[in-house]
Amino acid sequence: MPEPPRDEVPVAGPEGHRDLERYAEDSLDSGLAVGERQIYVSAVAVGDEGRRRGAGLGFGAWLAIGWLAFIVIVSVLAQLDLLPLDSPTKSFAECARLGPFAKEGSAPGHLLGCDSNGRDMIARLAYGGWSTLIVATGAVLFGLVFGGILGMLAGFFSHKTDTVITSLFNVFLAIPAVVLALSLVAFLQGAATSSGGGDRVDPKLLLILAIGIVSVPLLGRITRASALSWSQREFVLAARAQGARPLRIMIREVLPNVLPAMMSIALLGIAIAIVAEGTLSILGVGVRPPTPSWGNVIALDRGRIKDSPHIIFEPAILIFLTVLSLNFLGDVVRARLDVRESAV
Amino acid sequence: MAGHGTAHLRAEQDALLRVEHLVVDFPVGRTGLKVHAVSDVSLDVLERETLGIVGESGCGKSTTGRAVMQLPPPTSGRVVYDGVELTALKGAQLRAMRPRLQMIFQDPISSLNPRRRVREIVREGLDIWQIGDKSSRDARVAEVLEAVGIDPANGERRPHEFSGGQCQRISIARAVITEPKLIICDEPVSALDVSVQAQILNLLEDMKARYGLTLMFIAHDLAVVKNVSDRIVVMYLGKVCEVAAPDLLYVQPAHPYTAALLAAIPVPDPEVRHDGPPVLSGEIPSPMRPPSGCRFRTRCPRAQPVCADEEPELREVAPGQFVACHFPLAPGETPSLDGSMSASI
Amino acid sequence: MTSSVTEPVASASNTQALLEVTDLCTHFETDRGIVRAVDGVSFTLDRGRTLGVVGESGSGKTVLSRSIMGLLPKRHTIRTGSVRFEGREIADLPAKEMREYWGARMSMIFQDPMTSLNPVMKIGKQITESVRQHLDVDKKYADELAENLLRSVRIPEPERRLKEYPHQLSGGMRQRVCIAVALACGPALLFADEPTTALDVTVQAQVLDLMATQQRERFMAMVLITHDLGVVAGRADEIAVMYAGRIVERAPTSVLFSDMKMPYTEALLSSIPKLEQPSHTRLATIPGRPPDLVNPPAGCKFAPRCAYVQPRCTEEEPPLLPATHPGHEYRCWFPVGTPAGDEALARNRAAKASA
Repeated sequence: MPEPPRDEVPVAGPEGHRDLERYAEDSLDSGLAVGERQIYVSAVAVGDEGRRRGAGLGFGAWLAIGWLAFIVIVSVLAQLDLLPLDSPTKSFAECARLGPFAKEGSAPGHLLGCDSNGRDMIARLAYGGWSTLIVATGAVLFGLVFGGILGMLAGFFSHKTDTVITSLFNVFLAIPAVVLALSLVAFLQGAATSSGGGDRVDPKLLLILAIGIVSVPLLGRITRASALSWSQREFVLAARAQGARPLRIMIREVLPNVLPAMMSIALLGIAIAIVAEGTLSILGVGVRPPTPSWGNVIALDRGRIKDSPHIIFEPAILIFLTVLSLNFLGDVVRARLDVRESAV
Repeated sequence: MAGHGTAHLRAEQDALLRVEHLVVDFPVGRTGLKVHAVSDVSLDVLERETLGIVGESGCGKSTTGRAVMQLPPPTSGRVVYDGVELTALKGAQLRAMRPRLQMIFQDPISSLNPRRRVREIVREGLDIWQIGDKSSRDARVAEVLEAVGIDPANGERRPHEFSGGQCQRISIARAVITEPKLIICDEPVSALDVSVQAQILNLLEDMKARYGLTLMFIAHDLAVVKNVSDRIVVMYLGKVCEVAAPDLLYVQPAHPYTAALLAAIPVPDPEVRHDGPPVLSGEIPSPMRPPSGCRFRTRCPRAQPVCADEEPELREVAPGQFVACHFPLAPGETPSLDGSMSASI
Repeated sequence: MTSSVTEPVASASNTQALLEVTDLCTHFETDRGIVRAVDGVSFTLDRGRTLGVVGESGSGKTVLSRSIMGLLPKRHTIRTGSVRFEGREIADLPAKEMREYWGARMSMIFQDPMTSLNPVMKIGKQITESVRQHLDVDKKYADELAENLLRSVRIPEPERRLKEYPHQLSGGMRQRVCIAVALACGPALLFADEPTTALDVTVQAQVLDLMATQQRERFMAMVLITHDLGVVAGRADEIAVMYAGRIVERAPTSVLFSDMKMPYTEALLSSIPKLEQPSHTRLATIPGRPPDLVNPPAGCKFAPRCAYVQPRCTEEEPPLLPATHPGHEYRCWFPVGTPAGDEALARNRAAKASA
């Protein structure tokens, strides 16, 4: 039987033998084989990203993470009534419509002022964060799961399956998102009422479903594109050649490659969903008052933008910073994952 | 060239793989046109033999390899492997045959899942079919990794941490772990550096000896194919033009295309000067509208009217040498360089 | 827009070399460290001559050509050394000034004709675009020039082709168009970076012949970069073998093949399967892998893989030493075919047999 071929190590004279072997092994094992194309790719293609990965995520990314962590922690703690805040539904008559910089002396103990009903803004915003984040995250998760599954099936199986699913997506995408969301909320509300649940159904759930269903074709198309591209790689063919069942191939080979791309999309999606919740609140179908959400805080008092602008701007700034952080983080996540997939 | 026929096939019971009248057509979008990638190709491979399939781009050699694997099944034709007619199987039955017939691909990086560890990639064949228990599978993985020259301790790494040559070794390990009898190698060294190429070619020979493999080696580089094969099939535009033993093919090519191919290969010897017009001009016709009769006639310096009317059939011109040509080259004859047809697109 | 550099510098331009590269280094900053892709390359090239640059991946041959032309991005790239073209130093010129050279005085053809051409621009326009930028000519003249160029690169029905898009042509045709684009303004120097690797072997021969003809007719210098020793054997006047960013052997072509000194060259040649060999000939392989360009080994870069290696090789890096033939240089302490080299090889073989 022939000797198994190994990366042969040259042997010098007896005295140099051991040193040379170790030296050669070091050279063979040290680092990666940096091929020329890889050098060129790393220097040219990714050059402008300033690939100083050793320094960590970068200042901007940490700021974004910090902000998001802050928002999440505050919202969760508020919802659990662990923060020393006023109730978001309690009115303080003396505070009504007074902003943080009110001329008649700031409302004591209400640093951000109150809304038109005299409810403390800090409380409204803290509890409101919970509603907004739950709706946005829930909707995106819904969209990821269902859109993701449909997209994966369309991209992996192609042909007929793809045609059917893509047509379904196209139908839903042809309907203006807002109209679709409104119709869904109305429909779901009706369904809830007729089945006896009625007012006991948490409107947040309806919103999650509505925004979620709207996002299914969007997330589905992106997943489909990614699944399609990965399914054409030769390792998928190799798996088929080994006799793996299609489902196994889809889950073990394609999904792990599609998932990272979806993660960055998910962050961007949450940002969009937050804004969507705001829009629906303005249209009157958002989270039902008196439960606050950032969107409905704006919506309720949008007529008062002239005299009490703080009621609008405070939640707007929160939304702005959160969306900015999510977008930025989404980009960073995408850039880092792209880099790791390449052979350098 | 464009030949059909089965004269070159050997006895059915001796062959490990027998392919008869293979046809693979691909529809082109919605135009109604078809790409005739493989048109009536027959070949066979004996056990422990290495069959080389060589040809330029568009000749259908890779498509032939995949059609043999039924990935996807051919448009028509019969593929018999180890006594089983693969073309008659479907679904679970076909899948059950898969571990016995494996494939290695051209692009070493693309043929490995970047998200999985090498150890898992190689073990996948055993996992799918639940062969043995965990420890025996791990032992087998270590054994094949060693056999291909990869330190099993590196099994924890991911493909992008390895070089192209090493990735190709991992692919080979993945292919042999289910103990197939036949491995189809689809351009396994084309994407590798010259020095690594030699390592992999030697490795394939060693694996063949160690595991008792039969190989079907598909490539465009005739020097490489000649080095590894026991028998060579030359293809052009979906058809077989010549079948012969490698040394015979080199010394006395009978088909004008084979001769042209040999003449065009750059030789690393400055004494061999390539003066004068190239032996072969023009470009490969479109596989959607292949020439009538012999498909090579548009570039053949020996073409006659009969070549357009009648497609030549493979016939034996010397012991063990089969050609599909109406005017094959006699031993020692070189195709005439003047009067070569101009480019036809 | 007339270019001010179409006239070569007037002084002794007949006797000085067209291209003089002296100690060119190109290093890239990556997060793994500094990659020394090109690490001290020097050579000269005269008009009308062809230099073949041979190497595998990681040898630096592609980076070299782009570095000489100045095509590499500025960020994270450190370039030192001198590049004199037509008597003028161009290594430190900004891109704005280099643009006058690109296409007009020096051109490049790339490996993949599929991606070298703009898929949404007609062929004719791609040729005339270059012409009209560098030479002060009107549209009609440019179109005629384009048609003649296509004819000169042996593309049938050139008038028709001018109006076609790249995807309507085959790979070989596309490469010919790329050659036409590169030669449109009559450059004095052409870089051909693996021009035929992506082509079929029968088309390869045609394209190489075409390039040789064009070079002869235009008295152009050419740098032919490839991994294929067979390609340079027939086409280059002089060959430089690169390894780990340096030239390890340089010689006129026939001298290189008949009297090679560098073990790497010898190993490269013997690892190629040759048609004359009987089938199943075991190929001589070069063990191991190309070196890490971030932390290259001390001493000779090829030592870990060399069959002739001796302790001195791992300590001291050999400089380029002249051989008996003029124009032949190599980098080795125990070169092939010398008594020292033969002894070294014999010693290694004996030690291996007894180990």
